[in-house]
Amino acid sequence: MAGNKRPPALFRNLNAKIAAMPMIATVLVVFIGCTVWTVVYSFTSSRSLPMLNFVGFDQYTRLFNASRWNVSVKNIAIYGCLSLVFSIVVGFILAVLMDQKIRFENTFRTIFLYPFALSFIVTGLVWQWILNPLGIEKVVRDMGFESFNMSLLTDRSLVIYAIVIAGLWQGTGLVMALMLAGLRNIDEEIWKAARVDGIPTWKTYVFVIIPMMRPVFVTTLVLIATGIVKLYDLVVAMTNGGPGISSDVPAKYVYDFMFAWANLGQGLAASTVMLTTVLIILIPWAMFEFGGRKAK
Amino acid sequence: MRYALTAVLSASVAFTGASFAQAADLEVTHWWTSGGEAAAVKILAEQFDKLGGDKWVDGAIGGSGSAARPIIVSRILGGNPMGATQLNHGRQAEELVQAGLMTDLTELAQKEGWADFIRPKSLLDSCTFEGKIYCVPVNIHSWEWMWTNPNVYKEAGLEPPTNWNEFVAVAPKLKEKGITPLATGDGFQVNGIFTVLTAAIGGKELYLKVNKDKDAEAARGPEMKKVLQAFADARSLADPGYVGRSWNEATNMVMTGKAGGQIMGDWAQGEFSTAGKVAGKDYDCLPGLGDHALLDTGGDAFYFPKNSNADVTKAQMKLASMMVSKQTQVAFNLAKGSLPVRGDIDMATANECMKKGIEILKNPDNIIPSTDQLRAPDTQGQVEALAAEFFSNPDMSVEDMQERYAEIVETAQ
Repeated sequence: MAGNKRPPALFRNLNAKIAAMPMIATVLVVFIGCTVWTVVYSFTSSRSLPMLNFVGFDQYTRLFNASRWNVSVKNIAIYGCLSLVFSIVVGFILAVLMDQKIRFENTFRTIFLYPFALSFIVTGLVWQWILNPLGIEKVVRDMGFESFNMSLLTDRSLVIYAIVIAGLWQGTGLVMALMLAGLRNIDEEIWKAARVDGIPTWKTYVFVIIPMMRPVFVTTLVLIATGIVKLYDLVVAMTNGGPGISSDVPAKYVYDFMFAWANLGQGLAASTVMLTTVLIILIPWAMFEFGGRKAK
Repeated sequence: MRYALTAVLSASVAFTGASFAQAADLEVTHWWTSGGEAAAVKILAEQFDKLGGDKWVDGAIGGSGSAARPIIVSRILGGNPMGATQLNHGRQAEELVQAGLMTDLTELAQKEGWADFIRPKSLLDSCTFEGKIYCVPVNIHSWEWMWTNPNVYKEAGLEPPTNWNEFVAVAPKLKEKGITPLATGDGFQVNGIFTVLTAAIGGKELYLKVNKDKDAEAARGPEMKKVLQAFADARSLADPGYVGRSWNEATNMVMTGKAGGQIMGDWAQGEFSTAGKVAGKDYDCLPGLGDHALLDTGGDAFYFPKNSNADVTKAQMKLASMMVSKQTQVAFNLAKGSLPVRGDIDMATANECMKKGIEILKNPDNIIPSTDQLRAPDTQGQVEALAAEFFSNPDMSVEDMQERYAEIVETAQ
């Protein structure tokens, strides 16, 4: 009968499809459209206004020869590795300590999470004041340690670590909160069972609890990773890329060339390289994460 | 009857509406925020408000020009133009003018005869694009100055230096006393030192070869090496605290005797005079670092972004005309410590340093174009990054720096 005939595929779940249209349009125009635009114009010699005069790979050749870019890449790698490892490890350990049914848990949680309420600009300024020669260094010297030297911000090989410290101070609280929520979701029965079997607490954490908390770890990882790629405001507030160019990061390179120095092509080439790097890391991971499941 | 009344009423409403709109609020963006600069802006604002009708709405953007410029440019490109904005004339606004985003001031300029009294001619030339005038130069600033505190040297039992070589020679003695020989901040200030040294140590010929003709041969030559050697000296004379220091803080170090000298444009003079210091007694000025007395004639100019509101356009013209008027030029430049763009006004009240500057500018051979006028912002940025890298890294050799500088010159636009 005509009534039983299934509608054509296009009209199946019509309501859902209509509802998803705005989002699909946004993805197509904003994400994909602008990405394609960026890549296309990175092959042009556009200055402050976009112009379609193609110059092949010139912008990329210049980019990879620019020592400022290479310093930026090295810095983001250092910052990325350190902040990824330390914020997860420190965040997890803090969460575990908080989970021991301690007194004043609320107070501690507030203290640890508080820095996250501050923007990167404020964080950067606060740490700039702490680390500049009139901050900690002066306090310790006034206490009598005349030769105390802590020139993190003016030493070009150490300055990136100062930024890592500020970043960790700001971000670890959030990781702790996420981990704590994850730990609270673990069924009390698991702990009882582990205790009955006489498994030491640290082993329970490493081999039972952490694998069970996988979704929490994935969420945390994604949050931290996006924070690393877009690192910009912290550097601007804390060092403005200095001393010289030693704390530069890719996002700042892109900004400077696009807006300050009127070389759109160079800025877009740099952002294309950033995008490619992210994709190189993301695609294998996504295939591993989502591709394998279909085979099951 | 009723209809007629309504018509009359609405007509009168429309009429009053129109007459209200004749006075425009003119938002003016600039990055003049230090003591001397703020005093100079205040003079412009007061004089503009005194003209009656329109109102100056101050849009100061903190930080240096490199922080403010992106905000200004993206506002104009984004279709949210301000009434008027400061920019350094030269090539910063070149593309905005090309894209037709700036108000054409040619008519006003011809009526008032700007070309007859604005000197040097190059100022108006850099405001001109395809025969039309798009900006108003308000002052002449030159980078090629060193400001020293003679009392610091006298107290240390030294003769105050009169040129760069003497400055370098006595520096170690200052260091022994715990005084920083050369006060500076980072960013554009380091780049400025480099540019000034190119002119003062290398001379006019070298300056024009590397900056104007983009002559890589000259950039690799022995003359340039001398300049870079001097730049390396400057690197060793600064204190590590220069990171993140603003130029007026550095000026303050000289003023208070914490530092011997500073290489900075003549806007630093506004700070000295705001603090009530006397030229020749509390501070000394060495144009061209006492070596080659060359001055560039960069400076600030005001651009007027195109606006759909006719009243704003009218107010823009009024402001433009006011900015070059004799009265404004005298008052504004005395406050800012810069030189006026008109050759026909009386600057008898100017101090000793300004008079030195006016004297040097009288001979056109002493004038060099500023790098803003000679190089595209892209090249400026590359040189700035290179200078910053060299200045922050004591291990980077002069040879290294020279080769990389020459590479930038080769590809410069």
